[in-house]
Amino acid sequence: MSALLEVRKLEVAYGGIKAIKGISFRVDEGEMVTLIGANGAGKSSTLRALSGLVMPVGGTVTYNGKDVTGVPSHALVGLGIALCPEGRGVFARLSVHENLLMGAYARKDKAQILREIDEIYGMIPRLKERTAQLAGTLSGGEQQMLAIGRAMLARPKLLMLDEPSMGLAPLMVEKIFEIINLIAKRGTTVLLIEQNAQLALENANRGYVLESGEITLSGDAKALLADPRVKAAYLGG
Amino acid sequence: MSGIFQDRRKSMIALGALAVVLVLLPFVVGAFGQAWVRILNFTLIYVMLALGLNVVVGVAGLLDLGYVAFYAVGAYTWSLLASTQFDLHYPFWILLPLGAFLAAVAGLLLGAPVLKLRGDYLAIVTLGFGEIVRILMNNFDKVSLPWSDTVYNITNGPRGITGIDGMSFFGFKVRAGTELFGLQISGLQIYYFVFLFFAILSVIGVWRLQHSRLGRAWQALREDEIAAKAMGINVRNIKLAAFAFGALTGGVAGGLFAAMQGFVSPESFGLLESVMVLAMVVLGGMGHIPGVILGAVLLSALPEVIRYGADENVQRSVFGFVLIAPEVLRNLIFSLAMILIMLFKPAGLWPSPERK
Repeated sequence: MSALLEVRKLEVAYGGIKAIKGISFRVDEGEMVTLIGANGAGKSSTLRALSGLVMPVGGTVTYNGKDVTGVPSHALVGLGIALCPEGRGVFARLSVHENLLMGAYARKDKAQILREIDEIYGMIPRLKERTAQLAGTLSGGEQQMLAIGRAMLARPKLLMLDEPSMGLAPLMVEKIFEIINLIAKRGTTVLLIEQNAQLALENANRGYVLESGEITLSGDAKALLADPRVKAAYLGG
Repeated sequence: MSGIFQDRRKSMIALGALAVVLVLLPFVVGAFGQAWVRILNFTLIYVMLALGLNVVVGVAGLLDLGYVAFYAVGAYTWSLLASTQFDLHYPFWILLPLGAFLAAVAGLLLGAPVLKLRGDYLAIVTLGFGEIVRILMNNFDKVSLPWSDTVYNITNGPRGITGIDGMSFFGFKVRAGTELFGLQISGLQIYYFVFLFFAILSVIGVWRLQHSRLGRAWQALREDEIAAKAMGINVRNIKLAAFAFGALTGGVAGGLFAAMQGFVSPESFGLLESVMVLAMVVLGGMGHIPGVILGAVLLSALPEVIRYGADENVQRSVFGFVLIAPEVLRNLIFSLAMILIMLFKPAGLWPSPERK
């Protein structure tokens, strides 16, 4: 398998303070890879750099063999990278349907878009029930489902999820991960940023552990799950 | 826009009735004096301004406190190129598009440096921009270049520009008025129809924009900028487009204002004017065209109505003496009305259905 996303020596700094200190990792086509770490470890900074929201001060990001370092976020969508932002970021005063349409903003094939919205409704029936409802009136979990569905409408090759479990009840988290697994099974490559290490490692193929801006451990997700260092630091025992 | 007009037939009747009212209005109002027609015309100008600002503030969510600057650019474009100031007398079909274009350029000039600002920070910078334009108009009566001693008077400073040409069509001067089928039609009444035309044009333009791809992108930007970027929206471009389009509408309104008034001075383009237009948008219902129109009509007509309602004679007949100076009372009632509306209708008088 070839690397769909390859990050080399990535550095992100805010006003001279380095948040990411030269990390390297790769996501192969068809894989689900997770980046886990505690609060402030640099997970979100990494994703912000990958999605063009901040300009990295060093290193390169290669996607599909192309250098995409510092490419602005709106241009990444056309290349097949979709971001499901932290805190969901649904458009509160647009309806569920309009939110999904926004996900396909960069596309022009209207009939196909509507078919895919129906597919999303099939995959996440909860959204179909709420299609005309304003996104702001949905529960947190439903908003997260919407955000994921919306990201999928860009038809990404690579879906980047920023803490999809954040602030959700355990039952809802389970449902969200069912959806993510389904998406991965259908062939979309997933890069999952998570604080909930247990859950992330249970679902992903491989994982990287991020600690104060550096990758300290990496490997097969099941192996990481069993690793005593990961257990001690992130899994409560 | 629908919802209030349930079926097609009813909405056609309502639209027809509205058209009749709009056609008769200047004549009914004119019977009470031409001053009222002028107030009516100002109302239409404010409708245009409010619609333009609504695109920036209501749809795209960019708080602009210097909107009146674009109105000034339009007004001064007309005034400088069609007046005795430089003895230039260009026709309206050059001046209005030119004013709109220059205002849009000013919109881009404002937009470019504030692309990364939001909320209060954006408001402060736009406020400064509005003041800069006004101060320029105020001081461009003594312009000299560093390498020469010649002093140019461009804007005539605080004294303003007088002797501005009105609008004329094929030699027919609007200001002079005319007689049609034995009916006297004043210049102001003709201006009313010209303004009405442009106001309707603005409504259609804004409505179509709001429901276009660009309009949806603006709404996404208003709701969540990062998510909007993640959707593939070029946030920089659509922000500039919002500023430019809003400014363009303001520029046209400014040109019409200058044509009707025949006099402009920097005084007409102060911060208070920007705040008033913003108040029209907010009070009416941000992002909702019928609401914004209602806000503009109410806030531009209300002070005038109060002016007549609160005058000394009325007070004498009610209290037996003059309780409060009419001007003070007028501002008092007006402010109180605004406070009450915001308290009881925080989303505006006529918000878009989804925002109630």
